[in-house]
Amino acid sequence: METAFDIVLALLLLGVGGWSVIARNMMTAVIVFIAYGLLLSLAWVRLHAIDVSLTEAAIGSGATGLLMVIAAHKVAGDTKRVVQLSRGFHALAAVFAALVAIGIAALAFVLPGEPVSLAAPVLARLPESGLGNPVAGVLFVFRSFDTLLEKVVLLLALTGVWALARDEDWGGVPGLRLFPERHSVLGLLARTLPPIGFVFAIYMTWAGADVPGGAFQGGTVLAAMWILVMVAGVRKAPRVSSPLLRLAIVTGPVVFLLIGFLGFLTPGAFLAYPEGFAKPLIVAMEIALTLSIAVILGLLIAGPPKGEDAP
Amino acid sequence: MADLFTILAVTAGAVLFLAGTVGLLRFPGTLARLHALTKVDNLGLGLVVLGLMPQMGLLAAAKMLAVWLLVQFSGAIVTQILARSARGEGER
Repeated sequence: METAFDIVLALLLLGVGGWSVIARNMMTAVIVFIAYGLLLSLAWVRLHAIDVSLTEAAIGSGATGLLMVIAAHKVAGDTKRVVQLSRGFHALAAVFAALVAIGIAALAFVLPGEPVSLAAPVLARLPESGLGNPVAGVLFVFRSFDTLLEKVVLLLALTGVWALARDEDWGGVPGLRLFPERHSVLGLLARTLPPIGFVFAIYMTWAGADVPGGAFQGGTVLAAMWILVMVAGVRKAPRVSSPLLRLAIVTGPVVFLLIGFLGFLTPGAFLAYPEGFAKPLIVAMEIALTLSIAVILGLLIAGPPKGEDAP
Repeated sequence: MADLFTILAVTAGAVLFLAGTVGLLRFPGTLARLHALTKVDNLGLGLVVLGLMPQMGLLAAAKMLAVWLLVQFSGAIVTQILARSARGEGER
């Protein structure tokens, strides 16, 4: 029964993925891609990777999907902004994409016979950190340098989005204005849902130490609530030059770095935690990161600053 | 007894999901399609949740009930927005 479900899920993934690639209409392709992400998060659940599943649903399907919906909406009906590529270019892109896919698929067949798993050593030493969720342990104890770089990449992405603003709009209000007026029906949702979302996001971040969840998932839920409020017009987006906003953006990476450098003082290595203080320090980092991730994701969706009357 | 209730309620929910999907594909016009979809959101999901509740602990059952209520709420609002834009009333 479970195998049948998995086979149907895998076939659906292939079908929906293929549909998203060959869809003629850009908006159709984007919507199918969002459905693909949700199916993929279901597949991660079947593989018992709940943390990955939550991230896929929130980032891969939700945030990325929203970005692409906005992009498709902006270029729809504006033929000047859609670059028409020749048939040969499409074929070339298809060949390269197929080569990449074949290469990745081939890797699955050249894996060493005996899978190299670090799961046992990780689980053996996880209790020393005081964490219960092995994924959080890998992210913040065993591979925390990678995690630090991931968060800094988000900052770079936001800088890249802001750099798209015109000179005279620099430092202004982000240009996410889907509805010219305040939307009354959406406004009801934007006033009712955020309190529930805030509690849920705080729970997700806090529980992330012991069960699936964490800063990224909690931060995404917070960002979604903020975007809802901005889109419905209940509250306007802030100016991107606001000092408070910029403080919120850098809090996560700064706290991460400070705790990292603290490691030089007591145990004697970058990003090492003093004996017995690992869990409180990690929770402090997660809280700071949740705030930063929420604000950065919200601003990534809100887009570059744009003047009120700009096209 | 609890198992029988689960089987009946989840099956009824699944039938509603199927009917709603057929309606979404076959009904003419956006408003009629939305009408088919709301049956799935409200009654179909509600029956599945109701059927699964006896199989869970109290806390898990309460969580599923909360999921159903949230889906009802957001579903009703999204349907309103879609229906208004389909009738050309725009964003009011």
